[in-house]
Amino acid sequence: MIESLIAWILRAIPFGTIIMYGAMGEILTEKSGNLNLGVPGIMYLGGFAGFASSYYYEKLVPDPNGAVCVTLAIVCCLAASMLGGLIYSFLTITLRANQNVTGLALTIFGKGFANFFGAYILNGQSYTAAPLANSMFAHKIFPFADKAGVLGKTVFGYGFMVYAAIIMAIVMGIILSKTRVGLNLRAVGENPATADADAVSVNKYKYLATCIGAGISGLGGMYYVLDYNQGIWATTGQIEALGWLAVALVIFTTWKPVNAIWGAYLFGMFYWLYQFLPDIMGWKVASYVTDLIQMVPYVVTIIVLIVVSLRKKKENQPPESLGLSYFREDR
Amino acid sequence: MGNAIEIKNVTKTFGKTIANKNVTLNIHEGEILSLLGENGSGKTTLMNMLSGIYFPDSGAIFVGGKQVEIRSPKDAYELGIGMVHQHFKLVDVFNAVENIALGFDTKRFGSFNLKRVKARAEEICKKYGFDLNMDQKVYEMSVSQKQTLEIVKVLYRGADFLILDEPTAVLTPQETEKLFAVIRNMKSDGKSVIIITHKLKEVLEISDRVAILRKGEFVGDIATKDATESSLTEMMMGEKVELNIERSLPVNTMTRIEINNLSVTDREGVKILDNISFKIKSGEILGIAGISGNGQKELLESIAGLQKTKPGSSIKFFAGNEGEQEMQLIGMTPRMIRDAGIHLAFVPEDRLGMGLVGSMGMDGNMMLKTYDSGRSFVTDRKLPRIQAERIRKRLGVVTPSLSTPVSRLSGGNVQKVLVGRELASNPTVLMTAYAVRGLDINTSYTIYKLLNEEKQKGVAVVYVGEELDVLLELCDRIVVLCGGKVSGILDARNTTKEEVGLLMTSYRGEVQEQ
Repeated sequence: MIESLIAWILRAIPFGTIIMYGAMGEILTEKSGNLNLGVPGIMYLGGFAGFASSYYYEKLVPDPNGAVCVTLAIVCCLAASMLGGLIYSFLTITLRANQNVTGLALTIFGKGFANFFGAYILNGQSYTAAPLANSMFAHKIFPFADKAGVLGKTVFGYGFMVYAAIIMAIVMGIILSKTRVGLNLRAVGENPATADADAVSVNKYKYLATCIGAGISGLGGMYYVLDYNQGIWATTGQIEALGWLAVALVIFTTWKPVNAIWGAYLFGMFYWLYQFLPDIMGWKVASYVTDLIQMVPYVVTIIVLIVVSLRKKKENQPPESLGLSYFREDR
Repeated sequence: MGNAIEIKNVTKTFGKTIANKNVTLNIHEGEILSLLGENGSGKTTLMNMLSGIYFPDSGAIFVGGKQVEIRSPKDAYELGIGMVHQHFKLVDVFNAVENIALGFDTKRFGSFNLKRVKARAEEICKKYGFDLNMDQKVYEMSVSQKQTLEIVKVLYRGADFLILDEPTAVLTPQETEKLFAVIRNMKSDGKSVIIITHKLKEVLEISDRVAILRKGEFVGDIATKDATESSLTEMMMGEKVELNIERSLPVNTMTRIEINNLSVTDREGVKILDNISFKIKSGEILGIAGISGNGQKELLESIAGLQKTKPGSSIKFFAGNEGEQEMQLIGMTPRMIRDAGIHLAFVPEDRLGMGLVGSMGMDGNMMLKTYDSGRSFVTDRKLPRIQAERIRKRLGVVTPSLSTPVSRLSGGNVQKVLVGRELASNPTVLMTAYAVRGLDINTSYTIYKLLNEEKQKGVAVVYVGEELDVLLELCDRIVVLCGGKVSGILDARNTTKEEVGLLMTSYRGEVQEQ
């Protein structure tokens, strides 16, 4: 039974890390008042760019270097996903297009783009891999992890991206709540007219937050392909489901990055509930029930929404101007 | 006294609308200047060009003798110009200090340190006599506290020129006095204060000089000591306007609606209306005074059948005909009330939200009242058009065509459409909430006249208002609300502004109507 629990945690934490990246990027984006529903598409772009760059690097360079491979994957992932964010920013901030429509279009675009060019790499196969990149990403960074028993396994036994996510969440939390940049960014998302009147450059903040946010979300896609999925690019639509889960997680955290840490792991536990809980409890579960159990993260999100709405605490509400475009001379 | 700010031949257009045309205006150091003008005369637009919200199409602005380009609020702050907007620009979930600290750049204000900001802001409060809790969140603040915060914010940024856009619109007389005292403090500290307003009495009380705009153009300026209410109005309107409300004595009054023990709570269970009782009589105008948000909206909506009330509440309607029974309105929907033959007309506070559909034209909005009349499967579009045309002529609604979406009309015209439609139904009870809010003097007096005509016809008129001067001149009786309770029922002919203002802010026990 304890083994099942450990296996559950070992599955849940990497899974949670994927959506933690997605959610952190989206929190940053939404704090600027942009509701980017293109997160799944951006995670596709990031995941594909990260995979494709390391795949070709490994294939074309005779003696590939691990560190170069990782750097290349991250840089390409950031570039591709930030480009996705830039498309979204240009449409919604400069052209003031509807944010929901733009975001959904970006999701469809990102998925289509990745699958289209993925087909060239797959070249008729059902999957293909980038083994070096995977070994680098999955490399356990704490050397003592294997000797420290259960704790070492469950807490210290992951690749660097897991810990980078936690550090990023904490840093982002500090920036948002304790610095001038954070104060200005929050003001832009709450009330852009006020921020503008107080000499905060609204468009600059919106562009930067949205593009950087997209870059962070994209890292989630890359982490999924090169670590969680063992460096394998396949034709499954898994990333899209993860993207929506990340959007749900944003609401679950009530727009606080630090909550994303435990929230993401909790979502991971919920997501894999169907496989491990029956084992632990010794139940037999019919296959159609597993689909029901997989809904739990979404159900929990809905419950959080209900609770937060009922409590009506202003601090837990979404940024006030979320989803609205801003134009100074609007009358 | 030198010219501290000079505006020269400034023009600003929005599409085809000319907001300001060749305006030339000087603002001196250390003076209190009133910028007076009707709605849409371009006062706010002109000041927004000083504060960096808009940029002029042509013309020049000089500060301290040097020509400047004010491209953003930041530029304005650097020139020492700060503006308190009519719709407060504050972030609700931030506290006072965070709002003050917003938008600082490191170059001018040093590194980010909220404690230092707080200490300095408290110093400013002490110097000018502001009363402000720095740790309070904005959403917990009253309107007057928010305004105070806005002013402190502007002063903190080192403004020498303070522009206040309609600062008294939402204040009680007592709060207005406090504000004026602070403004005088700032003046004696050498700062220039510009007040945008259309309240003549306040202009005369506070300012040194009055500058007047009409239809986007600068008409002239006059030292306040040489001005009178009628001379200012004449400059504003370009013609002599009678500023008297003709109030006739109510005749043949009888109780139309009797409200007993009306209580309403909001979703959190907080009492909005608490055991309210009074009578609404035909042939008179009943004023309802109170700081906004003290239950006025809920009161009117309870009568109109739009508000859920607490058990024990009673709103009785008396048709007044021989042998006819009184009717209990509690529990009836607006439709049931109408089907029962009660003509209730309601001009709500939120004109484009509750009153009219913004994206429909005048004709479409008339149809909202008649869509289910007639027997045909298709709706009758002709009648509403005729009715819309009649209202346009009678009230002088300015609109390109009857089918132009009403949201594109100016505030005054929107209100005329709404009031016109409600009056067209020949009401027995007419309820209006802030009927003249945001309207210019001319339109306001048109509305007052219409209300008086309805009163003389024997309609029971309810007028929820915010300007005490008007309430005292227009109404026959005034019910004062405070904290959801009736704090007084006064004879409008024998009371003073101070008495009403005092009742608005303090509840002194149960009031019984004789």
